[in-house]
Amino acid sequence: MNKNISENPITHIPNKYTDQMKNKGISRREFIKFCTAIAATLSMPYSFATEIGKSISQARRPTVIWLHFQECTGCTESLLRATHPTVEHLILDLISLDYSETLSVAAGHQAEEALQKSITENEGKFILVVEGSVPLAQNGIFCKIGNRTALDIISEIGPKAAATVAIGSCASWGGVQASAPNPTGATAIGDVYKMVNINTPIINLPGCPASPYNILSTILYYLTLNKLPELDEQGRPKFAYSTLIHDLCERRPHFDSGRFAEVYGDYGHRKGWCLYKIGCKGPETYANCPTIQFGDVGTWPVKTGHPCFGCAEEGVGFTKPLHEHASVFSATPPVAFPGIDETKGIGITPGAAAVAGAAAGIAVGAGAMAAKYLGNKAEDKQELDEDS
Amino acid sequence: MMSEHRPIGGKILTKPFLVLALIAFIAFILVVKRFLLGIGSVTNLNDGYPWGLWIVYDVLVGTAFGCGGYAMALLVYIFNKGKYHPLIRPAIMTSVFGYTLAGASIILDVGRYWNLYNMFWPKYANINSVMVEVAICVASYVMILWIEFSPSFFENWRKGGTPKYINKFMFVFIAIGVLLPTLHQSSLGTLMIIAGNRLFPLWQTNWLPLLFLISALTMGFGMIIFESLFSSVILNRPLEMSMLKKLSAIVSKLLLIFLIFRFGDLIWRNEISTIFNPGFKQFMFFLENALIILPMIVLFIRKQSENPRSLFLTAASILIAGTLYRFNTYLVGFDPGYGWQYFPSIPEIVVTLGIISVELMAYLVFVKKLPVLPTVRQIENN
Repeated sequence: MNKNISENPITHIPNKYTDQMKNKGISRREFIKFCTAIAATLSMPYSFATEIGKSISQARRPTVIWLHFQECTGCTESLLRATHPTVEHLILDLISLDYSETLSVAAGHQAEEALQKSITENEGKFILVVEGSVPLAQNGIFCKIGNRTALDIISEIGPKAAATVAIGSCASWGGVQASAPNPTGATAIGDVYKMVNINTPIINLPGCPASPYNILSTILYYLTLNKLPELDEQGRPKFAYSTLIHDLCERRPHFDSGRFAEVYGDYGHRKGWCLYKIGCKGPETYANCPTIQFGDVGTWPVKTGHPCFGCAEEGVGFTKPLHEHASVFSATPPVAFPGIDETKGIGITPGAAAVAGAAAGIAVGAGAMAAKYLGNKAEDKQELDEDS
Repeated sequence: MMSEHRPIGGKILTKPFLVLALIAFIAFILVVKRFLLGIGSVTNLNDGYPWGLWIVYDVLVGTAFGCGGYAMALLVYIFNKGKYHPLIRPAIMTSVFGYTLAGASIILDVGRYWNLYNMFWPKYANINSVMVEVAICVASYVMILWIEFSPSFFENWRKGGTPKYINKFMFVFIAIGVLLPTLHQSSLGTLMIIAGNRLFPLWQTNWLPLLFLISALTMGFGMIIFESLFSSVILNRPLEMSMLKKLSAIVSKLLLIFLIFRFGDLIWRNEISTIFNPGFKQFMFFLENALIILPMIVLFIRKQSENPRSLFLTAASILIAGTLYRFNTYLVGFDPGYGWQYFPSIPEIVVTLGIISVELMAYLVFVKKLPVLPTVRQIENN
């Protein structure tokens, strides 16, 4: 049917990307739309979409090794269940995902062999994606794969990677397992790297789960420009984590006007007012959820009426009580809120009616007197005329 | 054709003048309170009714009363009816007061008055806004009116009367002075088109600008007749009947045109049946139109139009009808939504009364000290 598809007998994946698209029924239009969306997430100029398109089409298929440690696989799930599954699958086709415990067809020793083979072949060139934290307590016995602890695995693979992406809050700063009392000694990948002196550059993408668009954007940025995006002091890409949720929140006008939901289901809550008073952590959490929504499902917690619980922010998510008031960095709520139940005006009062009536009365009276006088004057004139 | 005007002289500090001064003083204190403590401390204005007595009476009705100068300028200079010239100066004087105080009322009524200057700042002005059109137009017209009125000052205080260069360019100011009210009196109607279906269908129509313009003209002529007759009573001057009679003929035709558009529009929009549903709004509609139809009929009867008393009452009726039309369009027929209500507060009414007092005081001072009213000889010549 399609001559251009040069079949690869082993993988059945056409070599050229454009052919892959045709195979998967993706129109050029859909493809460009996807590239534009990615460019927009990165806050890049429109022309950057073309660059992304080019780099995807040129498909060097860099090797990606995806490790799972102490976590729930939610990040992988949210990436796979994003609403553009065909394109996302293409990305998985595009990158050569040599090892992933969730997606590998192989299992057990076979999978471990594939991992070792890939690391040897691609040393210093592959991207390492780590999902989950590393337990350090009791020699790390809480997380073992192929009878090796997470610490052993990361110590071996980490130094050989070109770059590491710590996806999700667990990998970025410990996540839920690191909450007090942290029985497993769950530690972030970045901290483990410091501990065992691994110098591989690391990108943290916190979030529970991390936004699939942020991971796609980061990987495509690396593929396109061959360098890592600009990071903040916590190793998070600035394009996604430089703004407080509070500052771009759709409910922000309610905050500024002092309209708050006080309890779940009250009038303000039903009306979509600010969720600050029921514990929203938007004022102290840096993430781009208000802009790109959450989990690529067309909404995000605050939009559905649930306060943000700060999943992406170390020291907030899984740490602060859910309904504790957030610390407000950018704008404090005014001391005296403007009234939210303005009276609808004052109607007629007896005093006002009396004054208005008196004024009208004086006007009418003066008019009547003048009319009377004018009548007399006219009659006088008539009499004069008659006399003469 | 130079018309002759004389100051009528007499004592300024009469009893009525002092009563007016007292009301004006109380109003002044309330105005200070309004500027210091905010508009809510004095008025009953609210988010549903942001325009209340001050806008509807002081601005809308005030400028319509002040349309005498416009109506006369239109008649004398545009339709070249020179015989009405003696009436122009008193007409312009009432316009000067009406418009100057309407402009002042706008400053009172703007909540954040310290931002008001932005309206005239090209960088910030919204040139698509009707309100900006009204503001700039009214502000310019106030200046034009003072220039048009300036000969009264020059004749009184300057040797040789009005300087030549002013007389030479007076026609320009007169031309602009006819253009500007045409613009803003119709724009004042446009303002309520924006209210959409919050305005009762008896008043909401795309013809509002034209209706407001015609109505303003009838009120302008009505004011000239009213003022001329009223001043002849309180200042004990001869009646200017011959000229007023002719003016009244013009007014009656304008009233007819107004009614044709008013009812023609209601029939065209299929809203005429609305007037037969009983209700307060319908009652106000009847009142408003009865006060237009009655004077029109009276003025069409020749004998009645020559009677000063009938003429005075018809003029008053026209002024009240125009006032009602504006109140009905802006307040009675306006329903901003469930639960909103408005009636002016006592201080609000007192401020308006104070503004009227200032107008009356200024009138008394001006006619006594400046050459505004035509000389008795000239009236009798007519």
